[in-house]
Amino acid sequence: MEVIVKEKVQQIIDQFAGKDVYVHLETTNGAYASHFDENAYNVGAFIRNAKVKYEHGKIVGSGNAYRVGLKLDLGWLYAEGVTDYELDDQNRLLMAGHDREGRLMVALEISETPFSHESVGQS
Amino acid sequence: MTQEHVVVIYPHPDDESFGAAGTIASYREKGVPVTYLCGTLGEMGRNMGNPVFANRETLSSYRKEELVKACQALDIDVRMLGYRDKTLEFEQVEQVAGHLQSILEEINPTLVITHYPGYAVHPDHDALGEAVIEAVRNIEDSRRPELWAQAIATNYEKELGEPDIRHDIKPYWDKKMAAIETHLSQASGMMSLIKEKPDFNENEELEHLRYERFYRWNYNN
Repeated sequence: MEVIVKEKVQQIIDQFAGKDVYVHLETTNGAYASHFDENAYNVGAFIRNAKVKYEHGKIVGSGNAYRVGLKLDLGWLYAEGVTDYELDDQNRLLMAGHDREGRLMVALEISETPFSHESVGQS
Repeated sequence: MTQEHVVVIYPHPDDESFGAAGTIASYREKGVPVTYLCGTLGEMGRNMGNPVFANRETLSSYRKEELVKACQALDIDVRMLGYRDKTLEFEQVEQVAGHLQSILEEINPTLVITHYPGYAVHPDHDALGEAVIEAVRNIEDSRRPELWAQAIATNYEKELGEPDIRHDIKPYWDKKMAAIETHLSQASGMMSLIKEKPDFNENEELEHLRYERFYRWNYNN
């Protein structure tokens, strides 16, 4: 992944507009948050392979953290704190926000084909 | 006499290295075969390497490779169970237990090591531990292996009493560190913590790594 260049990411978001796409959306502070700090809360959510269509999407923000919003037929899809991106070899737009230690805090990924949902074949 | 064989069952690549590498090494030194049944590929992990080299979609490939290397370093067999990280607690316990039971009956181990459900912090740890206990319970008496459960939660000793088994794995420290280090995408934080404070007396984390503690599961009550 590389640090987000807003214009480049905007262009890619535009390419997926109006198409049926699969999204992975996630935020997490880890399963150990309240183990290492008893005052912390474990919070997280993810959805993998939600099929959506957005009329348009925008990346907004400046400096080093961005927000991405996709306007859906019946609602919105939103992620905050995105710092890095990659258009991978399967033409999927991967975006993520990382903390100082490189840990993922938020992810938003858009693809025209479903994301893998299995680990490996069961033994 | 039954041939000794140890089976370690945890949900994530690296649980075996952090949790039981010293114990595993002590068995391997005696020539006892050890098999690791790894529940998931840790594909939802937060750590992406530091500096970051993985992303949500590539993480599973890295972790799979790290798992294979760790098991080579520990000289043990590994089987990947194919569940998905973070979702184990939502699977049907009986189904996971049945899956595990069939593998255990094939390997026929003398000892099974897993997490102590309810005291293992990560929901995947608790869920897989519960399924393992159920699986071992369903094995007929004459073939049932011994079961050791590992607790991690900060409060566990207060509630469960002193662990039955407390291995000081200092003789296998280098081996354990080598195994942990293979988990490059996950272990950089822990490794820098260790390098900053390498003295056992000053570093609480090292104490956790040095003493591998287990409760012997009692199937009679």
